[in-house]
Amino acid sequence: MKPIISIQGLGKTYAGGFTALNNVDLEIQRGEIFALLGPNGAGKTTLISIVCGIVNASQGSIRVNGFDIQSDYRKARNEIGLVPQEISTDAFETVWAAVKFSRGLFGKSPNPAYLEKILRQLSLWEKKDNKIITLSGGMKRRLMIAKALSHAPNVLFLDEPTAGVDVELRQDMWEMVRGLKDSGVTIILTTHYIEEAEEMADRVGVINHGELVLVEEKKTLMQKMGEKELSLNLPEPLQRIPDALADLPLSLSGDGSQLVYRFDVKSEDTGIAEFLRRLNAASIDFRDLHTRESSLEEIFVNLVHGARREREEQLSKETQE
Amino acid sequence: MNWYGIAAIYKFEMARTWRTLMQSIASPVLSTSLYFIVFGAAIGSRMGDIDGVSYGAFIIPGLIMLALLSESISNASFGIFFPKFSGTIYEVLSAPVSAFEVVAGYVGAAASKSIILGLLILLTARFFVDYEIVHPFWMIVFLVLTAVTFSLFGFIIGIWADDFQKLQIIPLMIITPLTFLGGAFYSISMLPEIWQKITLFNPVVYLISSFRWAFYGVADVNLGLSVGMILLFLLLCLTTIWWIFRTGYRIKT
Repeated sequence: MKPIISIQGLGKTYAGGFTALNNVDLEIQRGEIFALLGPNGAGKTTLISIVCGIVNASQGSIRVNGFDIQSDYRKARNEIGLVPQEISTDAFETVWAAVKFSRGLFGKSPNPAYLEKILRQLSLWEKKDNKIITLSGGMKRRLMIAKALSHAPNVLFLDEPTAGVDVELRQDMWEMVRGLKDSGVTIILTTHYIEEAEEMADRVGVINHGELVLVEEKKTLMQKMGEKELSLNLPEPLQRIPDALADLPLSLSGDGSQLVYRFDVKSEDTGIAEFLRRLNAASIDFRDLHTRESSLEEIFVNLVHGARREREEQLSKETQE
Repeated sequence: MNWYGIAAIYKFEMARTWRTLMQSIASPVLSTSLYFIVFGAAIGSRMGDIDGVSYGAFIIPGLIMLALLSESISNASFGIFFPKFSGTIYEVLSAPVSAFEVVAGYVGAAASKSIILGLLILLTARFFVDYEIVHPFWMIVFLVLTAVTFSLFGFIIGIWADDFQKLQIIPLMIITPLTFLGGAFYSISMLPEIWQKITLFNPVVYLISSFRWAFYGVADVNLGLSVGMILLFLLLCLTTIWWIFRTGYRIKT
Protein backbone atom coordinates (compact mmCIF):
# COMPACT_ATOMS: atom_id res chain seq x y z
CA MET A 1 0.00 0.00 0.00
CA LYS A 2 1.25 3.48 -0.88
CA PRO A 3 2.20 5.59 2.15
CA ILE A 4 -0.18 8.44 2.96
CA ILE A 5 2.76 10.76 3.65
CA SER A 6 6.08 10.50 1.90
CA ILE A 7 8.94 12.79 2.94
CA GLN A 8 12.18 12.75 1.00
CA GLY A 9 15.42 14.55 1.71
CA LEU A 10 13.72 17.18 3.82
CA GLY A 11 15.95 19.90 5.17
CA LYS A 12 15.37 23.17 6.93
CA THR A 13 17.99 25.78 7.70
CA TYR A 14 16.72 28.99 9.27
CA ALA A 15 17.93 32.43 8.23
CA GLY A 16 20.31 32.58 11.21
CA GLY A 17 22.06 29.43 9.98
CA PHE A 18 20.49 26.99 12.44
CA THR A 19 19.74 23.65 10.81
CA ALA A 20 16.48 22.35 12.24
CA LEU A 21 16.11 19.38 9.89
CA ASN A 22 18.77 17.53 7.97
CA ASN A 23 17.94 15.20 5.10
CA VAL A 24 14.89 13.56 6.68
CA ASP A 25 13.27 10.64 4.86
CA LEU A 26 10.05 9.32 6.33
CA GLU A 27 6.99 7.43 5.19
CA ILE A 28 3.76 7.33 7.17
CA GLN A 29 1.48 4.41 6.46
CA ARG A 30 -2.24 4.82 5.96
CA GLY A 31 -4.29 4.32 9.11
CA GLU A 32 -1.42 4.06 11.58
CA ILE A 33 -0.60 6.04 14.70
CA PHE A 34 2.93 7.31 14.33
CA ALA A 35 4.66 8.85 17.33
CA LEU A 36 7.49 11.25 16.70
CA LEU A 37 9.72 11.47 19.74
CA GLY A 38 12.57 13.80 20.40
CA PRO A 39 13.94 16.21 22.98
CA ASN A 40 13.14 19.92 22.91
CA GLY A 41 14.45 21.60 19.77
CA ALA A 42 14.95 18.27 17.99
CA GLY A 43 12.90 19.39 14.96
CA LYS A 44 9.53 17.72 15.62
CA THR A 45 7.41 20.85 15.31
CA THR A 46 9.44 22.11 12.34
CA LEU A 47 8.79 18.83 10.54
CA ILE A 48 5.04 19.02 11.20
CA SER A 49 4.93 22.71 10.31
CA ILE A 50 6.56 22.08 6.94
CA VAL A 51 4.16 19.27 6.06
CA CYS A 52 1.22 21.51 7.00
CA GLY A 53 2.50 24.51 5.02
CA ILE A 54 3.30 26.79 7.94
CA VAL A 55 7.06 26.73 7.44
CA ASN A 56 8.90 26.65 4.11
CA ALA A 57 11.34 23.80 3.58
CA SER A 58 14.90 24.56 2.50
CA GLN A 59 15.10 21.35 0.49
CA GLY A 60 13.34 18.07 -0.11
CA SER A 61 9.88 17.06 -1.17
CA ILE A 62 6.71 15.96 0.59
CA ARG A 63 3.66 14.21 -0.81
CA VAL A 64 0.43 13.79 1.12
CA ASN A 65 -1.80 11.07 -0.29
CA GLY A 66 0.12 11.47 -3.53
CA PHE A 67 -0.24 15.27 -3.70
CA ASP A 68 2.88 17.42 -3.63
CA ILE A 69 2.60 20.01 -0.84
CA GLN A 70 3.98 22.72 -3.13
CA SER A 71 2.56 22.17 -6.60
CA ASP A 72 -0.70 20.59 -5.40
CA TYR A 73 -1.01 22.37 -2.07
CA ARG A 74 -4.80 22.65 -2.07
CA LYS A 75 -5.36 18.90 -2.37
CA ALA A 76 -2.46 18.10 -0.04
CA ARG A 77 -3.71 20.47 2.69
CA ASN A 78 -7.27 19.19 2.35
CA GLU A 79 -5.97 15.84 3.56
CA ILE A 80 -4.52 17.31 6.74
CA GLY A 81 -5.85 18.49 10.08
CA LEU A 82 -3.46 20.12 12.53
CA VAL A 83 -3.72 20.48 16.28
CA PRO A 84 -0.83 22.76 17.22
CA GLN A 85 1.10 22.63 20.44
CA GLU A 86 -0.12 26.00 21.68
CA ILE A 87 -3.81 26.55 22.30
CA SER A 88 -4.46 29.48 20.01
CA THR A 89 -8.02 30.50 19.34
CA ASP A 90 -9.98 33.69 18.98
CA ALA A 91 -11.03 34.02 22.61
CA PHE A 92 -14.17 36.08 21.97
CA GLU A 93 -15.69 33.82 19.34
CA THR A 94 -18.16 31.09 20.20
CA VAL A 95 -17.26 27.42 19.89
CA TRP A 96 -19.72 27.02 17.02
CA ALA A 97 -18.35 30.02 15.09
CA ALA A 98 -14.80 28.72 15.53
CA VAL A 99 -15.49 25.26 14.07
CA LYS A 100 -17.62 26.76 11.29
CA PHE A 101 -14.74 29.07 10.40
CA SER A 102 -12.27 26.18 10.25
CA ARG A 103 -14.53 24.13 7.97
CA GLY A 104 -15.09 27.10 5.65
CA LEU A 105 -11.39 27.85 5.49
CA PHE A 106 -10.80 24.39 4.06
CA GLY A 107 -13.28 25.07 1.28
CA LYS A 108 -16.00 22.78 2.59
CA SER A 109 -19.68 23.70 2.33
CA PRO A 110 -21.50 24.21 5.65
CA ASN A 111 -22.50 20.94 7.27
CA PRO A 112 -24.06 21.61 10.68
CA ALA A 113 -24.88 17.92 11.21
CA TYR A 114 -21.23 16.89 10.79
CA LEU A 115 -20.00 19.69 13.06
CA GLU A 116 -22.58 18.69 15.66
CA LYS A 117 -21.31 15.10 15.52
CA ILE A 118 -17.71 16.25 16.07
CA LEU A 119 -18.66 18.52 18.96
CA ARG A 120 -20.74 15.77 20.57
CA GLN A 121 -17.86 13.28 20.22
CA LEU A 122 -15.61 15.75 21.98
CA SER A 123 -18.20 16.61 24.66
CA LEU A 124 -18.39 20.21 23.49
CA TRP A 125 -21.91 20.30 22.10
CA GLU A 126 -23.37 21.77 25.30
CA LYS A 127 -20.81 24.58 25.04
CA LYS A 128 -21.37 25.41 21.40
CA ASP A 129 -22.78 28.88 22.11
CA ASN A 130 -20.21 29.71 24.77
CA LYS A 131 -17.38 32.09 24.09
CA ILE A 132 -14.04 30.32 23.92
CA ILE A 133 -12.64 32.49 26.69
CA THR A 134 -15.10 30.86 29.13
CA LEU A 135 -13.90 27.29 28.41
CA SER A 136 -11.55 25.34 30.65
CA GLY A 137 -8.05 24.43 29.40
CA GLY A 138 -9.13 20.88 28.60
CA MET A 139 -12.16 22.08 26.66
CA LYS A 140 -10.02 24.51 24.68
CA ARG A 141 -7.69 21.66 23.75
CA ARG A 142 -10.66 19.57 22.63
CA LEU A 143 -11.89 22.55 20.64
CA MET A 144 -8.55 22.66 18.83
CA ILE A 145 -9.10 19.03 17.88
CA ALA A 146 -12.69 19.77 16.77
CA LYS A 147 -11.40 22.59 14.55
CA ALA A 148 -8.77 20.29 13.05
CA LEU A 149 -11.43 17.64 12.35
CA SER A 150 -14.04 20.07 11.02
CA HIS A 151 -13.12 19.37 7.37
CA ALA A 152 -12.92 15.58 7.86
CA PRO A 153 -9.17 15.17 7.17
CA ASN A 154 -7.55 11.80 6.45
CA VAL A 155 -4.41 12.74 8.36
CA LEU A 156 -4.35 14.35 11.78
CA PHE A 157 -1.23 15.93 13.24
CA LEU A 158 -1.26 16.23 17.00
CA ASP A 159 1.63 18.33 18.26
CA GLU A 160 2.04 17.56 21.95
CA PRO A 161 -1.70 16.90 22.36
CA THR A 162 -1.67 16.21 26.07
CA ALA A 163 0.95 18.71 27.22
CA GLY A 164 -0.24 20.18 30.49
CA VAL A 165 -3.54 18.27 30.70
CA ASP A 166 -4.57 16.24 33.71
CA VAL A 167 -4.42 12.46 33.85
CA GLU A 168 -8.15 11.95 33.33
CA LEU A 169 -8.29 14.17 30.27
CA ARG A 170 -5.18 12.51 28.90
CA GLN A 171 -6.92 9.14 29.11
CA ASP A 172 -9.97 10.66 27.33
CA MET A 173 -7.69 12.01 24.61
CA TRP A 174 -6.05 8.67 24.10
CA GLU A 175 -9.46 7.07 23.84
CA MET A 176 -10.54 9.65 21.29
CA VAL A 177 -7.36 9.20 19.23
CA ARG A 178 -7.93 5.44 19.15
CA GLY A 179 -11.49 6.11 17.98
CA LEU A 180 -10.17 8.31 15.18
CA LYS A 181 -7.74 5.63 14.16
CA ASP A 182 -10.59 3.12 14.05
CA SER A 183 -12.47 5.47 11.75
CA GLY A 184 -9.53 5.36 9.32
CA VAL A 185 -7.72 8.59 10.20
CA THR A 186 -3.93 8.44 10.12
CA ILE A 187 -2.46 10.08 13.20
CA ILE A 188 0.96 11.57 13.66
CA LEU A 189 1.67 12.74 17.16
CA THR A 190 4.65 14.35 18.74
CA THR A 191 4.99 13.96 22.43
CA HIS A 192 7.28 14.42 25.38
CA TYR A 193 5.36 11.77 27.27
CA ILE A 194 7.01 8.54 26.25
CA GLU A 195 4.25 6.54 27.90
CA GLU A 196 1.89 8.22 25.47
CA ALA A 197 3.81 6.76 22.54
CA GLU A 198 4.13 3.45 24.35
CA GLU A 199 0.39 3.40 24.93
CA MET A 200 -0.80 4.58 21.54
CA ALA A 201 1.70 4.29 18.72
CA ASP A 202 1.98 1.59 16.10
CA ARG A 203 5.34 2.94 14.99
CA VAL A 204 7.82 5.27 16.60
CA GLY A 205 10.27 7.70 15.06
CA VAL A 206 13.02 9.30 17.09
CA ILE A 207 14.34 12.64 15.93
CA ASN A 208 17.37 14.33 17.42
CA HIS A 209 19.29 17.40 16.26
CA GLY A 210 17.15 17.49 13.13
CA GLU A 211 18.00 13.95 12.10
CA LEU A 212 15.72 10.97 12.17
CA VAL A 213 17.66 8.60 14.36
CA LEU A 214 15.33 5.65 13.81
CA VAL A 215 11.88 4.62 12.66
CA GLU A 216 10.60 1.32 13.91
CA GLU A 217 7.51 -0.65 14.84
CA LYS A 218 6.99 0.05 18.51
CA LYS A 219 6.94 -3.63 19.46
CA THR A 220 10.01 -4.42 17.38
CA LEU A 221 11.82 -1.42 18.81
CA MET A 222 11.15 -2.50 22.34
CA GLN A 223 12.30 -5.99 21.52
CA LYS A 224 15.35 -4.90 19.56
CA MET A 225 16.55 -2.09 21.73
CA GLY A 226 15.20 -3.14 25.08
CA GLU A 227 17.15 -4.64 27.94
CA LYS A 228 15.81 -6.97 30.54
CA GLU A 229 16.82 -7.23 34.13
CA LEU A 230 16.75 -10.30 36.29
CA SER A 231 16.75 -9.31 39.95
CA LEU A 232 17.53 -11.78 42.70
CA ASN A 233 16.63 -11.02 46.32
CA LEU A 234 19.30 -12.46 48.55
CA PRO A 235 18.69 -13.81 52.06
CA GLU A 236 22.28 -12.91 53.03
CA PRO A 237 23.37 -9.45 51.77
CA LEU A 238 26.70 -9.35 49.90
CA GLN A 239 29.48 -6.84 50.59
CA ARG A 240 30.57 -6.89 46.94
CA ILE A 241 30.14 -8.92 43.77
CA PRO A 242 32.14 -12.14 44.23
CA ASP A 243 35.25 -12.53 42.06
CA ALA A 244 33.79 -15.68 40.51
CA LEU A 245 31.00 -13.58 39.00
CA ALA A 246 32.97 -10.42 38.27
CA ASP A 247 32.98 -10.94 34.48
CA LEU A 248 29.15 -10.98 34.30
CA PRO A 249 26.96 -7.86 33.71
CA LEU A 250 25.92 -7.62 37.33
CA SER A 251 25.18 -4.86 39.77
CA LEU A 252 24.52 -4.93 43.46
CA SER A 253 21.95 -2.80 45.26
CA GLY A 254 23.18 -0.34 47.88
CA ASP A 255 22.34 -2.56 50.83
CA GLY A 256 23.73 -5.66 49.09
CA SER A 257 20.41 -7.51 49.26
CA GLN A 258 19.64 -7.50 45.54
CA LEU A 259 21.76 -8.77 42.68
CA VAL A 260 20.73 -7.55 39.23
CA TYR A 261 21.70 -9.33 36.02
CA ARG A 262 21.18 -7.42 32.73
CA PHE A 263 20.69 -9.18 29.47
CA ASP A 264 19.78 -8.37 25.89
CA VAL A 265 16.30 -9.51 24.88
CA LYS A 266 17.26 -9.76 21.22
CA SER A 267 20.16 -12.11 22.00
CA GLU A 268 19.52 -15.81 21.42
CA ASP A 269 21.63 -16.73 24.42
CA THR A 270 20.68 -14.55 27.33
CA GLY A 271 23.25 -16.21 29.58
CA ILE A 272 20.72 -16.71 32.35
CA ALA A 273 21.34 -20.46 32.66
CA GLU A 274 25.11 -19.91 32.91
CA PHE A 275 24.59 -17.14 35.48
CA LEU A 276 22.40 -19.35 37.66
CA ARG A 277 24.90 -22.25 37.42
CA ARG A 278 27.78 -20.02 38.50
CA LEU A 279 25.68 -18.54 41.26
CA ASN A 280 25.07 -22.06 42.56
CA ALA A 281 28.73 -22.91 42.24
CA ALA A 282 29.59 -19.81 44.27
CA SER A 283 27.09 -21.00 46.91
CA ILE A 284 25.01 -17.86 46.69
CA ASP A 285 21.41 -18.53 47.55
CA PHE A 286 18.45 -16.36 46.65
CA ARG A 287 14.99 -15.94 48.11
CA ASP A 288 13.02 -14.94 44.99
CA LEU A 289 13.53 -13.44 41.57
CA HIS A 290 11.73 -11.22 39.09
CA THR A 291 12.37 -9.79 35.63
CA ARG A 292 11.73 -6.29 34.27
CA GLU A 293 11.78 -5.08 30.68
CA SER A 294 13.12 -1.61 29.87
CA SER A 295 10.50 0.96 28.93
CA LEU A 296 10.33 3.00 25.74
CA GLU A 297 11.51 5.92 27.83
CA GLU A 298 14.76 4.16 28.69
CA ILE A 299 15.23 3.19 25.05
CA PHE A 300 14.60 6.79 24.02
CA VAL A 301 17.02 8.20 26.58
CA ASN A 302 19.69 5.70 25.52
CA LEU A 303 19.20 6.59 21.88
CA VAL A 304 19.34 10.34 22.45
CA HIS A 305 22.29 10.11 24.84
CA GLY A 306 24.04 7.72 22.49
CA ALA A 307 23.64 10.16 19.62
CA ARG A 308 24.84 13.01 21.83
CA ARG A 309 27.95 11.06 22.85
CA GLU A 310 28.67 10.31 19.19
CA ARG A 311 28.33 14.00 18.31
CA GLU A 312 30.62 15.02 21.14
CA GLU A 313 33.22 12.46 20.11
CA GLN A 314 32.97 13.62 16.51
CA LEU A 315 33.38 17.26 17.56
CA SER A 316 36.30 16.40 19.78
CA LYS A 317 38.01 14.54 16.91
CA GLU A 318 37.43 17.46 14.55
CA THR A 319 38.86 19.90 17.13
CA GLN A 320 41.97 17.78 17.59
CA GLU A 321 42.51 17.54 13.85
CA MET B 1 -11.08 29.28 -6.23
CA ASN B 2 -11.82 28.56 -2.56
CA TRP B 3 -14.96 30.70 -2.22
CA TYR B 4 -15.89 29.13 1.11
CA GLY B 5 -12.42 30.03 2.40
CA ILE B 6 -12.78 33.67 1.36
CA ALA B 7 -16.27 33.79 2.87
CA ALA B 8 -15.04 32.22 6.13
CA ILE B 9 -12.33 34.87 6.60
CA TYR B 10 -14.65 37.67 5.51
CA LYS B 11 -17.48 36.65 7.83
CA PHE B 12 -15.09 36.04 10.72
CA GLU B 13 -13.66 39.54 10.35
CA MET B 14 -17.06 41.18 9.91
CA ALA B 15 -18.32 39.34 13.00
CA ARG B 16 -15.69 41.17 15.02
CA THR B 17 -17.05 44.49 13.75
CA TRP B 18 -20.56 43.64 14.90
CA ARG B 19 -19.19 42.45 18.25
CA THR B 20 -17.36 45.75 18.77
CA LEU B 21 -19.91 48.07 17.21
CA MET B 22 -19.17 50.98 19.56
CA GLN B 23 -15.45 50.92 18.83
CA SER B 24 -15.63 49.99 15.13
CA ILE B 25 -18.47 52.18 13.91
CA ALA B 26 -20.01 54.44 16.56
CA SER B 27 -16.73 55.93 17.78
CA PRO B 28 -15.34 57.09 14.39
CA VAL B 29 -18.78 58.39 13.35
CA LEU B 30 -19.01 60.39 16.57
CA SER B 31 -15.51 61.83 16.32
CA THR B 32 -16.06 62.87 12.68
CA SER B 33 -19.41 64.41 13.66
CA LEU B 34 -17.53 66.61 16.13
CA TYR B 35 -15.52 67.99 13.20
CA PHE B 36 -18.78 68.80 11.41
CA ILE B 37 -20.10 70.59 14.49
CA VAL B 38 -16.91 72.55 15.19
CA PHE B 39 -15.64 73.31 11.67
CA GLY B 40 -18.90 73.03 9.79
CA ALA B 41 -21.73 74.41 11.87
CA ALA B 42 -19.82 76.62 14.36
CA ILE B 43 -16.65 78.05 12.74
CA GLY B 44 -17.73 77.27 9.15
CA SER B 45 -20.65 79.69 9.30
CA ARG B 46 -18.16 82.56 9.81
CA MET B 47 -15.95 81.52 6.89
CA GLY B 48 -16.39 82.34 3.25
CA ASP B 49 -17.12 79.85 0.46
CA ILE B 50 -14.25 77.96 -1.17
CA ASP B 51 -14.59 77.40 -4.93
CA GLY B 52 -18.26 78.31 -4.55
CA VAL B 53 -18.87 75.69 -1.88
CA SER B 54 -19.77 76.57 1.72
CA TYR B 55 -16.96 75.71 4.16
CA GLY B 56 -19.10 73.18 6.05
CA ALA B 57 -19.86 71.29 2.84
CA PHE B 58 -16.29 71.74 1.51
CA ILE B 59 -14.72 69.73 4.37
CA ILE B 60 -17.10 66.74 4.05
CA PRO B 61 -15.06 64.82 1.41
CA GLY B 62 -11.82 65.47 3.31
CA LEU B 63 -13.28 64.31 6.60
CA ILE B 64 -14.73 61.18 5.03
CA MET B 65 -11.31 60.50 3.50
CA LEU B 66 -9.65 61.06 6.89
CA ALA B 67 -11.91 58.44 8.48
CA LEU B 68 -11.72 56.13 5.47
CA LEU B 69 -7.92 56.10 5.35
CA SER B 70 -7.37 55.63 9.06
CA GLU B 71 -10.10 53.01 9.44
CA SER B 72 -9.07 51.04 6.33
CA ILE B 73 -5.49 50.88 7.57
CA SER B 74 -6.49 50.14 11.14
CA ASN B 75 -9.05 47.43 10.24
CA ALA B 76 -6.82 45.60 7.80
CA SER B 77 -3.63 45.86 9.85
CA PHE B 78 -5.33 44.63 13.02
CA GLY B 79 -7.18 41.92 11.08
CA ILE B 80 -3.95 40.21 10.01
CA PHE B 81 -1.75 41.31 12.94
CA PHE B 82 -3.97 39.77 15.61
CA PRO B 83 -3.87 36.19 14.22
CA LYS B 84 -0.09 36.56 13.99
CA PHE B 85 0.05 37.84 17.56
CA SER B 86 -2.31 35.21 18.99
CA GLY B 87 -0.93 32.35 16.90
CA THR B 88 -4.21 31.59 15.10
CA ILE B 89 -2.51 32.42 11.78
CA TYR B 90 -1.42 28.75 11.68
CA GLU B 91 -4.94 27.84 10.59
CA VAL B 92 -4.92 30.18 7.59
CA LEU B 93 -1.40 29.13 6.58
CA SER B 94 -2.25 25.43 6.75
CA ALA B 95 -5.56 25.77 4.90
CA PRO B 96 -5.96 25.27 1.15
CA VAL B 97 -6.34 28.99 0.50
CA SER B 98 -4.19 30.95 -1.93
CA ALA B 99 -2.54 34.28 -1.16
CA PHE B 100 -5.19 35.99 -3.26
CA GLU B 101 -8.00 34.35 -1.29
CA VAL B 102 -6.44 35.29 2.05
CA VAL B 103 -6.05 38.90 0.94
CA ALA B 104 -9.56 38.96 -0.53
CA GLY B 105 -11.00 37.80 2.80
CA TYR B 106 -9.07 40.14 5.10
CA VAL B 107 -8.89 43.18 2.82
CA GLY B 108 -12.46 42.68 1.61
CA ALA B 109 -13.73 42.76 5.19
CA ALA B 110 -11.56 45.75 6.16
CA ALA B 111 -12.64 47.69 3.07
CA SER B 112 -16.32 46.80 3.64
CA LYS B 113 -16.17 48.16 7.19
CA SER B 114 -14.54 51.38 5.98
CA ILE B 115 -17.09 51.83 3.20
CA ILE B 116 -19.98 51.32 5.65
CA LEU B 117 -18.32 53.83 7.94
CA GLY B 118 -17.78 56.34 5.13
CA LEU B 119 -21.42 56.13 4.10
CA LEU B 120 -22.56 56.49 7.72
CA ILE B 121 -20.41 59.62 8.09
CA LEU B 122 -21.92 60.96 4.88
CA LEU B 123 -25.41 60.39 6.26
CA THR B 124 -24.47 61.93 9.61
CA ALA B 125 -23.08 65.03 7.87
CA ARG B 126 -26.56 65.72 6.53
CA PHE B 127 -27.66 66.57 10.09
CA PHE B 128 -25.14 69.41 10.31
CA VAL B 129 -24.52 70.78 6.81
CA ASP B 130 -26.13 70.80 3.38
CA TYR B 131 -24.19 69.21 0.59
CA GLU B 132 -24.68 67.82 -2.88
CA ILE B 133 -23.08 64.98 -4.82
CA VAL B 134 -22.63 65.96 -8.44
CA HIS B 135 -21.15 62.63 -9.53
CA PRO B 136 -22.60 59.94 -7.20
CA PHE B 137 -21.29 57.06 -9.29
CA TRP B 138 -17.74 58.39 -9.17
CA MET B 139 -18.13 59.18 -5.48
CA ILE B 140 -18.82 55.48 -4.85
CA VAL B 141 -15.96 54.44 -7.18
CA PHE B 142 -13.46 56.65 -5.32
CA LEU B 143 -14.82 55.53 -1.97
CA VAL B 144 -14.40 51.85 -2.84
CA LEU B 145 -11.04 52.34 -4.59
CA THR B 146 -9.57 54.26 -1.67
CA ALA B 147 -10.96 51.82 0.91
CA VAL B 148 -9.52 48.83 -0.97
CA THR B 149 -6.15 50.48 -1.64
CA PHE B 150 -5.62 51.59 1.95
CA SER B 151 -6.90 48.31 3.31
CA LEU B 152 -4.17 46.65 1.23
CA PHE B 153 -1.71 49.13 2.71
CA GLY B 154 -3.01 48.29 6.19
CA PHE B 155 -2.60 44.59 5.45
CA ILE B 156 1.06 45.23 4.63
CA ILE B 157 1.51 47.15 7.90
CA GLY B 158 -0.15 44.30 9.80
CA ILE B 159 2.28 41.81 8.29
CA TRP B 160 5.27 44.07 8.90
CA ALA B 161 4.40 45.01 12.49
CA ASP B 162 5.72 42.72 15.18
CA ASP B 163 4.33 44.71 18.10
CA PHE B 164 1.37 46.97 18.82
CA GLN B 165 3.47 50.15 18.65
CA LYS B 166 4.51 49.46 15.06
CA LEU B 167 0.88 48.78 14.24
CA GLN B 168 -0.02 52.32 15.31
CA ILE B 169 3.04 54.25 14.24
CA ILE B 170 2.34 54.61 10.49
CA PRO B 171 -1.36 55.55 10.81
CA LEU B 172 -0.65 58.06 13.59
CA MET B 173 2.70 59.48 12.54
CA ILE B 174 2.34 59.47 8.77
CA ILE B 175 -1.21 59.01 7.51
CA THR B 176 -2.98 61.43 9.87
CA PRO B 177 -0.52 64.32 9.25
CA LEU B 178 -0.62 63.67 5.49
CA THR B 179 -4.43 63.77 5.56
CA PHE B 180 -4.56 66.99 7.57
CA LEU B 181 -2.00 68.54 5.20
CA GLY B 182 -3.62 66.99 2.14
CA GLY B 183 -6.37 69.55 1.77
CA ALA B 184 -9.00 68.04 4.04
CA PHE B 185 -9.75 71.47 5.53
CA TYR B 186 -8.59 73.77 2.74
CA SER B 187 -8.06 74.04 -0.99
CA ILE B 188 -4.40 73.79 -1.90
CA SER B 189 -4.87 76.88 -4.06
CA MET B 190 -5.07 78.78 -0.74
CA LEU B 191 -1.44 77.86 0.04
CA PRO B 192 1.61 79.98 -0.91
CA GLU B 193 2.94 78.96 -4.33
CA ILE B 194 5.95 77.04 -3.00
CA TRP B 195 3.73 74.98 -0.67
CA GLN B 196 1.34 74.29 -3.52
CA LYS B 197 4.24 72.55 -5.29
CA ILE B 198 5.51 70.74 -2.18
CA THR B 199 2.04 69.50 -1.28
CA LEU B 200 1.82 67.65 -4.60
CA PHE B 201 4.27 65.12 -3.11
CA ASN B 202 1.57 64.24 -0.59
CA PRO B 203 -0.41 61.30 -2.09
CA VAL B 204 -3.45 62.09 0.03
CA VAL B 205 -3.91 65.35 -1.91
CA TYR B 206 -4.93 63.30 -4.95
CA LEU B 207 -7.40 61.20 -2.98
CA ILE B 208 -9.13 64.18 -1.42
CA SER B 209 -9.09 66.18 -4.63
CA SER B 210 -10.74 63.46 -6.70
CA PHE B 211 -13.25 62.67 -3.98
CA ARG B 212 -14.16 66.36 -3.65
CA TRP B 213 -14.57 66.53 -7.44
CA ALA B 214 -17.18 63.73 -7.18
CA PHE B 215 -19.11 65.88 -4.70
CA TYR B 216 -18.84 69.38 -6.12
CA GLY B 217 -17.24 69.09 -9.54
CA VAL B 218 -14.18 71.06 -8.45
CA ALA B 219 -10.70 69.60 -7.97
CA ASP B 220 -7.33 70.89 -6.76
CA VAL B 221 -5.41 68.71 -9.20
CA ASN B 222 -6.16 67.18 -12.57
CA LEU B 223 -8.66 64.32 -12.20
CA GLY B 224 -6.76 61.96 -14.49
CA LEU B 225 -3.59 62.52 -12.46
CA SER B 226 -5.50 61.81 -9.24
CA VAL B 227 -6.90 58.55 -10.58
CA GLY B 228 -3.47 57.60 -11.90
CA MET B 229 -1.88 58.22 -8.49
CA ILE B 230 -4.51 56.12 -6.70
CA LEU B 231 -4.04 53.28 -9.19
CA LEU B 232 -0.26 53.54 -8.87
CA PHE B 233 -0.49 53.21 -5.09
CA LEU B 234 -2.89 50.29 -5.52
CA LEU B 235 -0.40 48.60 -7.82
CA LEU B 236 2.45 49.21 -5.35
CA CYS B 237 0.45 47.64 -2.55
CA LEU B 238 -0.52 44.63 -4.67
CA THR B 239 3.10 44.09 -5.70
CA THR B 240 4.29 44.27 -2.11
CA ILE B 241 1.65 41.76 -1.00
CA TRP B 242 2.55 39.46 -3.86
CA TRP B 243 6.19 39.63 -2.70
CA ILE B 244 5.17 38.99 0.95
CA PHE B 245 3.36 35.78 0.05
CA ARG B 246 6.04 34.69 -2.36
CA THR B 247 8.78 35.00 0.23
CA GLY B 248 6.70 34.31 3.33
CA TYR B 249 8.02 37.59 4.83
CA ARG B 250 7.02 37.72 8.52
CA ILE B 251 4.26 35.16 8.08
CA LYS B 252 6.26 32.04 7.35
CA THR B 253 9.68 31.14 8.71
